[in-house]
Amino acid sequence: MTASLLFFYLFAVLALVSALGMVLNTRNTVAAAMCLVVTMLALAGIYLLLDAYLIAALQVLVYAGAIVVLFVFVVMLLNLRSDAFPPSRQLASKGIVVLLGGFVLWRLVLLLPGMLPAQQPLPAGFGGYQAVALELFTRWVLPFEVASFLLLAAIVGAVVLAKRRLDSR
Amino acid sequence: MIPLEQVIALSAALFVIGLVGAVVRRNLIVILMSIELMLNAVNLALVGFSRAHAQQSGQIFVFMVIAVAAAEVAVGLGILISLFRNRDSMNVEDVSLLKW
Repeated sequence: MTASLLFFYLFAVLALVSALGMVLNTRNTVAAAMCLVVTMLALAGIYLLLDAYLIAALQVLVYAGAIVVLFVFVVMLLNLRSDAFPPSRQLASKGIVVLLGGFVLWRLVLLLPGMLPAQQPLPAGFGGYQAVALELFTRWVLPFEVASFLLLAAIVGAVVLAKRRLDSR
Repeated sequence: MIPLEQVIALSAALFVIGLVGAVVRRNLIVILMSIELMLNAVNLALVGFSRAHAQQSGQIFVFMVIAVAAAEVAVGLGILISLFRNRDSMNVEDVSLLKW
């Protein structure tokens, strides 16, 4: 077993355990957010192993650095120390959802071997800043500009939505 | 070299965990986090296929998904804050007006 495969399994187990910790943790919302950070960082490690260096850096900066901070900020702002909600009334339908999710996952994993493309040899500089930027600013420049407009609309929308009084003009 | 099958299996497992979390949990913030987890699982599949095909475009898609996820979190948390001001609750069952 090579070192990269060993690290892949390490990060995969870390991501799965912390994702389960986020979903199953019913006591503390901040702890769920911290589990989400661990999942994001483990995925960044897997991106490094998959030669996506710029995406790994973006994952750490945007997801672990900005998005989860926003979650924690909102939890603190609303002073939600615990999320001790009473037990759900629809346990049967939720159990069916869990079983269905497990079934879909099982069938998908059974389908996987032999279906996927063989790995191609990589060109030099794959996944680095220069290669991704060349692709982004030549072939995909229009989606890039549309994404900037989307982010602008999201900034305006978030400010309007979270403003204290909507009716005061 | 990491086998693509295992990357896709990990991605599917993370997606199912996020899906189950989004359906089963009733804390609205945790539901939003589960949606983020599903987006991350899709990103992992995109990076895996980008590596297998040796094509850079898959990573551009991941870039776009990250931008959309950031926008979604900003607007979603804004909605949650105004919801909390109106209903004083983060329980998803308190906002079931549109449920039949």
